[in-house]
Amino acid sequence: MNPNSNSNAPAAAEDSNGGSAVLAWLFVGLPLAWGVSQTFLKALALFK
Amino acid sequence: MADTSTSFLDRSRTIAGPGYNRWLVPPAALAIHLAIGQAYAFSVFNKPLGSLISGDPAKPDALDWTPTQIGITFSIAIVLLGLSAALFGKWLERVGPRKAMLAAALCFGGGFLIASLGISMHNIWLVYFGYGFVGGIGLGIGYISPVSTLIKWFPDRKGVATGMAIMGFGGGAMIASPLSVALMTYFKGSAPQGVAPTFITLGIIYFLFMQFGVWTIRVPADDWKPAGYVPNEEHSALITTGNVSADNAIKTPQFWLLWVVLLTNVTAGIGLLETASPLIQDTFSDKAMGAGLGVTAAAAAGFVGLLSLFNLLGRFFWSSASDKLGRKTTYAIYFGLGILLYALVPTLGRNLQLTFYVIAACVIVSMYGGGFATAPAFLSDLFGKYQVGAIHGRLLTAWSTAGVLGPLIVHQLHDRAKEQGLTGAAAYQNVFYTMAGLLVVGLLADLAITAVNEKYQEKGPVTVEAGGH
Repeated sequence: MNPNSNSNAPAAAEDSNGGSAVLAWLFVGLPLAWGVSQTFLKALALFK
Repeated sequence: MADTSTSFLDRSRTIAGPGYNRWLVPPAALAIHLAIGQAYAFSVFNKPLGSLISGDPAKPDALDWTPTQIGITFSIAIVLLGLSAALFGKWLERVGPRKAMLAAALCFGGGFLIASLGISMHNIWLVYFGYGFVGGIGLGIGYISPVSTLIKWFPDRKGVATGMAIMGFGGGAMIASPLSVALMTYFKGSAPQGVAPTFITLGIIYFLFMQFGVWTIRVPADDWKPAGYVPNEEHSALITTGNVSADNAIKTPQFWLLWVVLLTNVTAGIGLLETASPLIQDTFSDKAMGAGLGVTAAAAAGFVGLLSLFNLLGRFFWSSASDKLGRKTTYAIYFGLGILLYALVPTLGRNLQLTFYVIAACVIVSMYGGGFATAPAFLSDLFGKYQVGAIHGRLLTAWSTAGVLGPLIVHQLHDRAKEQGLTGAAAYQNVFYTMAGLLVVGLLADLAITAVNEKYQEKGPVTVEAGGH
């Protein structure tokens, strides 16, 4: 890997450890989980 | 200042540094797809928009917008999705995902704001222009913006990566629907049905949420590969090592065969989704099942919710499975199993087999979602990663076509059945048999896909920056 090999300067080496990934996933995962739970609760009406 | 601002959005500023964790990229993609997936929840506004004057959905005023007028808004948005994805695909490859995501956020969020003005003025044309036209362009650019980036980050798991993002489009409606209802309830006292302020709020929320994708998206350097990655040789017959440009891709029979594959799969899926609620209520009515035993409106809403869940899960499950099974085999499963299930559903309805009916519908819808999510990886296999985002954009015109064709076929066949006096399951059987027939066409198209002729490939090495020239 050689990201410095062209004239376009790449972003500097970044803090991209597991903690950042967990936070990023939580940012999108929490709304999704809320939406899925709401839909699941609605779907339960079919089985009543 | 202007230069700094431009360069931040420039593709060269998004190239990841050494040691970048590629698992940060799917959340950026999901931030876009979860937002624009709101489009699937547009129907939540049908009744409020149709009673802005009267204030009562049960007693619409003569000046209130009709369901057909309101429905056109969604149709325009879906048509613009396909057209803008096709038109802006090459631009996206040139400028990179960050600028494209910002453009998508501006159009999608701005579309809500324009439409809110149209709602306040009770001008349907402004709603068409705002949500349908401007918002639809945001949908198209947003939909394709992370796809080629994900494929470049995950050459070893293309199906998993694109499945995650496109799953977000399915999940977006699940967030938007309850959120919109809550907002309309909150704003009900300040505006007719609370719709206009809800649109303003949603426009702002989605614009801000999409900024997460804009700011965090990164592309890999041209020569980057995952550690220890060796190209998979198992399905190598259809996986090219070359690269085909978007302009050349549309000259190949493979592109158009895949276009037919997507068209038939989506048209058939829409056939079910479009009628899901009345379908299950008519088929398993009190008249058929016995007094008090029929499927109620609330249970039908639960059925629609269940289908949404399987639409979401299918996008991730089937697309991920295609990494192991191969794309062509996966589509053959969609079509082969789909033909059987579509042909079986009317019989299950006639025999009042509710459980099996629901299971069959869920499997069908999972494969509908899977068809969307598997397409980018299939394109990358056939045409390489060079301009796969632009090629994907052009393929999405099949979705726009299906968005018009599917409901048209369903309504025509159902109306004709009702004119013939058919009721219950019988009123829908021709819809399902026709969709099964469409899937036969799709299966034949899938089976006809072979490797792309090398004459269409770019000569010599290509760089992504060259993609726009």
